[in-house]
Amino acid sequence: MATYPESLKYTKEHEWARVSGNVATVGITAYAKDQLGDVVYLELPEPGATVKKGEPFGVVESTKAVSELFAPISGKVLKVNKALVDAPEIINDDPHEKGWMVEVEMSNPADANELLSAKQYEELVASDH
Amino acid sequence: MALRTPLYQAHLAAGARLVEFAGFDMPVQYQGVLEEHAAVREGVGIFDVSHMGELTVEGPRALEAAQRLVTNDLNKCADGQAQYNALLNEKGGVIDDIIVYRHSPQRLFICVNASGRAKDFDWMKSHAGEGARVEQHSDDWAQVAVQGPKAAALVDSLCEPRVADLAYYHFRQSTVAGARGCIVARTGYTGEDGFEVFCPPDGARKLWDAFVSRGAVPCGLGARDSLRLEVGYRLYGNDMDEEHTPLEAGLAWIVKLDKPGGFIGSEALIRQKKEGLKRKLAGFKVTGKGIARHGYPALRQGARVGEVTSGTMSPVLKEPIGLAYLPAELSKEGTPFDVEIRGKPVAAVVVKTPFVTKQAAKGA
Repeated sequence: MATYPESLKYTKEHEWARVSGNVATVGITAYAKDQLGDVVYLELPEPGATVKKGEPFGVVESTKAVSELFAPISGKVLKVNKALVDAPEIINDDPHEKGWMVEVEMSNPADANELLSAKQYEELVASDH
Repeated sequence: MALRTPLYQAHLAAGARLVEFAGFDMPVQYQGVLEEHAAVREGVGIFDVSHMGELTVEGPRALEAAQRLVTNDLNKCADGQAQYNALLNEKGGVIDDIIVYRHSPQRLFICVNASGRAKDFDWMKSHAGEGARVEQHSDDWAQVAVQGPKAAALVDSLCEPRVADLAYYHFRQSTVAGARGCIVARTGYTGEDGFEVFCPPDGARKLWDAFVSRGAVPCGLGARDSLRLEVGYRLYGNDMDEEHTPLEAGLAWIVKLDKPGGFIGSEALIRQKKEGLKRKLAGFKVTGKGIARHGYPALRQGARVGEVTSGTMSPVLKEPIGLAYLPAELSKEGTPFDVEIRGKPVAAVVVKTPFVTKQAAKGA
């Protein structure tokens, strides 16, 4: 059973965000990667792109499935994890740390308040079964 | 509710993720597709393929009836040998791809796709003619595929009589891990050496556990699909259907147009061959960024010219590979085209199949 760090906030679409000031780092949860199966391909925006809360900002693919990534918050992409794009299988082993995808400067830091806590997310995932 | 194979409980116990496939709850993966794929390429894996169907054609004219129904020449298939085949409609479209096991000219055993259980049976029954009885036996058999470079030794060690001497596409009745009345065939859908074992349903669990406890890695439909695509094997419903002929699907090697008396669909194929093929199934690699998937359009200078029928990231090559129907003039090796991935053209190039070269030949 995966554990969900309390330092992260979560979406119902199984992304996580690590918020520090007005910057959020974003990735997908252990649950998401378990559902997808082995991740083999990742498409992320370029630095400078804008992302909008609840809207797709990229694509993650496993051997069998294609899944869109939904932005947990709105803002401008500061950094992209290029190492992850080159070796997306890192997500399979470490979705919550090395598997980070983008760093976003939030245009509305209050967005983060609407995200789920680790406990709320765990309950959501448990009810999915 | 979806149907269950006799191994359903074994899959649950092994922590499989189940998906509905052709009306059955089937394991798509256990530990992970990549791990299972590697197990079959490097060691030995076991698949539950009990969803596949089994039919028999029996009677004094069984062989003649089957010859009219299938594209390959069963006179070239000896007793105790199996032959890859296609069942066509009158237009030459593929109703199903099947394997015919010839016990004798009066007794043929046929393995069909899960989606063909009823369809193939109805078609064969209504076209068999006199002196040949077509029977439905799909629920009388479980089937497992044991595949990989270490499969032969493992299967052989559990069989009585032994099976190590069986040549590719040959079969034998045997007792396997105590399960009597199994049919053991040196066939498979992975490109690796190995066997497919038909087993009475009540013996299936014991047989499965015997293989797994001796090191066979349980593998799901996910790995089955990536393994077959790496060696260019076609999947019915994706790469073959009633709208495409076996010539278009690259299966000319199982089409014997000179077979005496012909077969259902042969006239359409002779006509098509004379007129020249307009489209062909071609292997390709994506050279740009992205993975092509079933149903994605194939483009040339922005215009739609064909369609991707199968696509994945090859676990062995670590490159996106696929099969697509393309206009014949664009189906030659080295021809560049684009695949439309999420609305954008992405560069691809036609390549030879198999993508990954393996020992197993393409059939009898």
